Amino acid sequence: MATSTDSIEELTNQDYKYGFVSDIDAEAIPVGLDEQIVRTISAKKNEPDWLLDWRLKAFRMWQTMTEPKWHNVSFPPIDFQDMIYYSAPKKKPELASLDELDPEIKETFDKLGIPLDEQKVMAGVAVDAVFDSVSVATTFKDKLAELGIIFCSFSEAVQEHPELVRKYLGSVVPASDNFYAALNSAVFSDGSFAYIPKGVKCPMELSTYFRINAAQTGQFERTLLVADEAASVSYLEGCTAPMRDENQLHAAVVELVALDDATIKYSTVQNWYPGDKDGKGGIYNFVTKRGTAFTNAKITWTQVETGSAITWKYPSCILQGDNSVGEFYSVAVTNNHQQADTGTKMLHLGKNTRSTIVSKGISAGMGQNTYRGSVRIGKNAKGARNFSQCDSLLIGDKCGAHTFPYLEVRNTSSQVEHEASTSKIGEDQIFYCRQRGLSTEDAVNMIVNGFCKEVFRELPMEFAVEAQKLLGVSLEGSVG
Amino acid sequence: MLEVRNLHATVAGTEILKGINLSVKPGQVHAIMGPNGSGKSTLAAVLAGRDEYEVTEGTVSFNGQDLLDLEPEERAREGVFLAFQYPVEIPGVNNAYLLKAALNEIRKHRGESELDAMDFMAFVKERMSVLQIDQELMKRPVNEGFSGGEKKRNEIFQMAVLEPKLAIMDETDSGLDIDAMKIVSNGVNAMRSPQRSIVVVTHYQRLLNYIVPDFVHVLSGGRIVKSGGKELALELEAKGYGWIDGVAEPVGA
Repeated sequence: MATSTDSIEELTNQDYKYGFVSDIDAEAIPVGLDEQIVRTISAKKNEPDWLLDWRLKAFRMWQTMTEPKWHNVSFPPIDFQDMIYYSAPKKKPELASLDELDPEIKETFDKLGIPLDEQKVMAGVAVDAVFDSVSVATTFKDKLAELGIIFCSFSEAVQEHPELVRKYLGSVVPASDNFYAALNSAVFSDGSFAYIPKGVKCPMELSTYFRINAAQTGQFERTLLVADEAASVSYLEGCTAPMRDENQLHAAVVELVALDDATIKYSTVQNWYPGDKDGKGGIYNFVTKRGTAFTNAKITWTQVETGSAITWKYPSCILQGDNSVGEFYSVAVTNNHQQADTGTKMLHLGKNTRSTIVSKGISAGMGQNTYRGSVRIGKNAKGARNFSQCDSLLIGDKCGAHTFPYLEVRNTSSQVEHEASTSKIGEDQIFYCRQRGLSTEDAVNMIVNGFCKEVFRELPMEFAVEAQKLLGVSLEGSVG
Repeated sequence: MLEVRNLHATVAGTEILKGINLSVKPGQVHAIMGPNGSGKSTLAAVLAGRDEYEVTEGTVSFNGQDLLDLEPEERAREGVFLAFQYPVEIPGVNNAYLLKAALNEIRKHRGESELDAMDFMAFVKERMSVLQIDQELMKRPVNEGFSGGEKKRNEIFQMAVLEPKLAIMDETDSGLDIDAMKIVSNGVNAMRSPQRSIVVVTHYQRLLNYIVPDFVHVLSGGRIVKSGGKELALELEAKGYGWIDGVAEPVGA
């Protein structure tokens, strides 16, 4: 009879099913990065001067910065001059209707299970599809416009709503924030933009699907989401990439602005190519995500991170206004040679601000999974409360789980609670399920899904089902 | 139903079972008794197919099949059920979910259609009332935060839903107060049928006041050293295991 450990290895050997490459005529700029490249990107996108200046300032800042080293992941140095910073499908992305979309691209998204046909789209989800560096299609735009909701590509927003972009761009994540945010600010190519006007509840889920296709290309998209006073929106984000032997860099920035009484729910299912089982290839996912919540506003980040060779991301909340609420629910899976250093920052500035952190890390194979969280409660944040729970689950005996919580409380009326646990999927648990008739694989899926339940129930329904399946696929071969 | 012949098994290189012979016919209830460390739980674990136990000699046939050749889940689907001495907790997975998945695996194996959530709930409700199981228990995570009695009752409840051909109860009475023991025993007795065999593994005779066995076997030093009818259990209660061991030693040595 096989031992549990052997079977763990068997189960982890599952192919990445989004690993195909689409044959698209793409327009790319020369390899490398200098000021001229930044100007070229800006010119290609026909940007106003203020935005070019903003990019150039970021670029100069980036040149003076060094890569962060504090994370608990290791990888060979990245050569930032050996990368293409812009790639776009050749056909002009501005389309009168979705029918004009390059059939190859459309097929790509169909293969990914993301139909861009409005009739066929899952009920109540508007999709913005970003292919390599460019947004190629946005569905349900007209319907949303009737309510005054703007949902379009970032480039289009720059042209059509420059006042909104100018007001909020960099207001949450300034270019100077960190090395990768500065890089993104200099070279970002596209992304999604959404604005929900005062008092409007967005009637459908907004979503962006990111797809990296071209080789040797970095993807630097930028998402900006503004919920005006008392508005509310739920936003979903999904990502996939082809299987390639070399590592590809993805350095995105997401900024959320929740004005007074507004609610933003931001859910991510990240499934970038994780590399093969020997750790070759895969996406380096270095992402800065942050939201500012004003008075009585609420921001919820939910993420299911199953892909990428390296994940480096900390969706955070600045709880600026009194009574504002920040939440972070995370499932991060590392299998084979994947590494993740992920968590959140909750910065309590306003009075009676509340934050909740629930992090579930799952390590299998040789995976290394780190939770890094920072809760800072300012002097004026009287009555602030935080609850953090970090649980780690180990599958097999070659993986690792690490937890780095930082707590900083500067007043005496606040409450901070932190709970952490590390457990191993027990052979006892697996045997118990098998004795009831379940296969080892089903048993592991069930146990892991049970472990992640508190996070999955925060996801919109369709996404939760998707996430559960994805988790099953990611861990297939990890136990047997 | 179950034929165990000259079964030897080791754990981490130490031989625990040293030649067990046991024959269980359909409809029979057998009690396996013995002092701590005699190999009772090992026997139960080997029959269920636990990985850590290595069978070094002997055969086990179950309805004509080589049981030792089957994976644990295949044994379960064939109708072998083990009521665990220490039922395992599975946080976040509710009881109904596990049980529905298990039942459907078994039904699939039997060539029956899978039950949907509605049919499943209707099916289990009836079983719950027999065992005085609170419906709330179905929604709670598997065994998490259950009292000792609740865990054991849950095992019997699972057995009642899965309707095994052979049920092995591993020290189901341990940690139960008298009321819980009555409920559990009633559940087991309700499961007795001419088609089903039950093997009750226990340290104490008192469970056998409620679940009356057809045969009693005394296990000592990895062998069955004495077999008899239900009156053997009473004799053991009166005289203790030392009496048997005394008889057994020369034979076994």
